[in-house]
Amino acid sequence: MEINVTVNGTPHTADVEPRMLLVDFIRSTIGLTGTHIGCDTTSCGVCTVLVDGTPMKTCTMFAVQADGRSLTTVEGLKRNGELHPIQAAFKEAHGLQCGFCTPAMMLVGSALIEENPDPSEEEVRWAISGNLCRCTGYMNIVKAIQLAAQNSTTGGTAE
Amino acid sequence: MYPRAFDYLVPRTREEALEVLAERGSEVKVLAGGQSLIPMMKLRFASPTTLVDINRLPGLDAIDAVNGHVRIQALVRHNDIIRSDVVRAENHLMTSTAPWVADPLVRNRGTVCGSVAHHDPEGDWASVMLALGAEVVAESRDGGTRVIPIEDFLVDMFTTALEPTELLTEIRVPRYERGGGNYQKLERKVGDYATVGVATHLELDEAGVITKAGIALTSVYVRNLKVTEAEALLVGRAPSAELFGEAAAIAAAACDPTSDIRGSAEYKRNIVRVFTERSLAESASIAQGS
Repeated sequence: MEINVTVNGTPHTADVEPRMLLVDFIRSTIGLTGTHIGCDTTSCGVCTVLVDGTPMKTCTMFAVQADGRSLTTVEGLKRNGELHPIQAAFKEAHGLQCGFCTPAMMLVGSALIEENPDPSEEEVRWAISGNLCRCTGYMNIVKAIQLAAQNSTTGGTAE
Repeated sequence: MYPRAFDYLVPRTREEALEVLAERGSEVKVLAGGQSLIPMMKLRFASPTTLVDINRLPGLDAIDAVNGHVRIQALVRHNDIIRSDVVRAENHLMTSTAPWVADPLVRNRGTVCGSVAHHDPEGDWASVMLALGAEVVAESRDGGTRVIPIEDFLVDMFTTALEPTELLTEIRVPRYERGGGNYQKLERKVGDYATVGVATHLELDEAGVITKAGIALTSVYVRNLKVTEAEALLVGRAPSAELFGEAAAIAAAACDPTSDIRGSAEYKRNIVRVFTERSLAESASIAQGS
């Protein structure tokens, strides 16, 4: 089946089998490997991308369902060569250890800040509760998301 | 993991969807949120040969209060319930339940109606609908529209009264004047199935006497369990700690939990008792304040 999907602003047309998972479409067909595969059972959230701005688990969607939709992956966060505030904040607040959950954490964090520019610690924890960090580095992930929110509001950078 | 190959159809109108269901019937699974169906297909517990994706159908995403009920249409996601002013104003039990369903990412995609149609006894919404006395609306090309009481709809685990040719289009929840409800859920971590879930809903008359009571349990029986004996005990009586204790004891005796990694049967039965008592007290308090 032919589908048209916009990924990070770039339109793509591809012929895919209906059972192809969206995460494999992104990684193998489009070639963007920043989106990871963890549990493959809808539990860990590392395959999260934004579908029309909303975070979803791409191991639990078929690529054909994304026909006509716009996806944002971690590779699409940076703007004009500059780090997105969430990326800068993860760097500054040391919001990652092994890095495996990081793309999903940053996408969920960026979607949260879009909806709620000044999230409390509890709101951040609630928002990332579908994403596992097996390094258990949650403290700094929460700090990084709050720092990104702060910097987005003040227009400052994390640098 | 990959499911078996299937035909993927994307109808653009409800008529077109009903046509496919009428023609292909039992080979078909309807895909709404897919947050239970797709994992089951990947594990090959389900292998439909045709998937009918209803996500592009217009006029199936309403949450509104009409004709004495709150209507939740087939494409309403769990997070739509959390964001809905209608639900917040109209229904305490649904408002209380939505944030505890699955995790935030699944809630962005999964649907209330899909959860009820799936009828996993560990699903939260079927208990909520049992406690509220909801009705399920099913449509088919040849059978027209059927309105099915939730108790008749939920037949057995993973089995409902929905015919293979039918599409579940909406769930109707009765509106109320003076009432309250809430959901108590014990889970090991976000996104895990409930160890125990208890949904209660109470309505009071002007004198403060209980006129309607709903109690339903999650994860402690082969299906979501409506505790009718305890409900009957409450109706016609005034709320009291003693009365709720009695109802809770009935609920604990009615369930039949199994011992597993989430806890022993004895432990779960005790949680049912504690949660039922706690939930009823909170529902009464909400109703008295409304």
